[in-house]
Amino acid sequence: MSYLYAAYIATWAIHVAYLGTLLRGYIRLRNEIAEFNARDQKQ
Amino acid sequence: MKRVFPILAVLTAALLSYALYEALIVAPTEQTMGDVQRIFYYHVPSAWTAFILFSINFVASVVYLIRRSNKADIVALVTAEVGVVFCTVVLVTGPIWARPVWGIWWTWDLRLTLTLVLWLIYVSYLVLRRFSSSGQTPLLAAVLAIFGALDVPLVYFSIWFFRTQHPQPVIGGGGSIDPRMLHVLLINWLAFSCFAGLVCWSRYRLEVLRREVDETLALEALLEPRGSQSRTSQTRRAG
Repeated sequence: MSYLYAAYIATWAIHVAYLGTLLRGYIRLRNEIAEFNARDQKQ
Repeated sequence: MKRVFPILAVLTAALLSYALYEALIVAPTEQTMGDVQRIFYYHVPSAWTAFILFSINFVASVVYLIRRSNKADIVALVTAEVGVVFCTVVLVTGPIWARPVWGIWWTWDLRLTLTLVLWLIYVSYLVLRRFSSSGQTPLLAAVLAIFGALDVPLVYFSIWFFRTQHPQPVIGGGGSIDPRMLHVLLINWLAFSCFAGLVCWSRYRLEVLRREVDETLALEALLEPRGSQSRTSQTRRAG
């Protein structure tokens, strides 16, 4: 039974880790766009 | 489109939960292996999903080589990335299943080795795309993807044509499966396919935005007077 749970947990750990990198990418991009807009308005 | 995504995300989460319930509770227990056989409901759909994603990557790479389409390039990148995630799941759940059933974590069996090679090819594809700054990167990546895709049918048919330790395919090949198990397997495949589709969609949007921002920053760097270029390059480095 522990092997079964290990496999299911590992599967979701991999997917969640990848979704985490996607989310980090979105946040980084949003910050970049905000910084760019702020600079644009200053100019 | 923005409104559709959350609805689809909720539906996919519900489908994945239902598929998990079917796999753990509803599916009958296999007589020889016992409960550990339920790994099958995650292992096999993940493999099928990875194969489909790598096949889409192949088609997108061919389209890119013919038309030099930016969209095809992004589709190729996205499907390779998500395909690697699903292939990783296959390579992790496989040994966890093999340990109690075969008594070993890994063997250099043809199918297992070819799957590992497939994973390595697409990881090198992603490394190439991530670290190469040449303008030829999409072209080189497309060629690599076409060679990589050749491994997909080899992995799939390896158990048809060669004697391997891996079980026979449950659909089409020499293997057989209880109809109730097949039902649960297909539900899990549907759920993982929907999940993969949503992740690809999300990653596609991110890549489109990323390229737009990069183009704008590059244009700004070109138009800016020399003295003020450092700020733009700082922003890019921080990204």
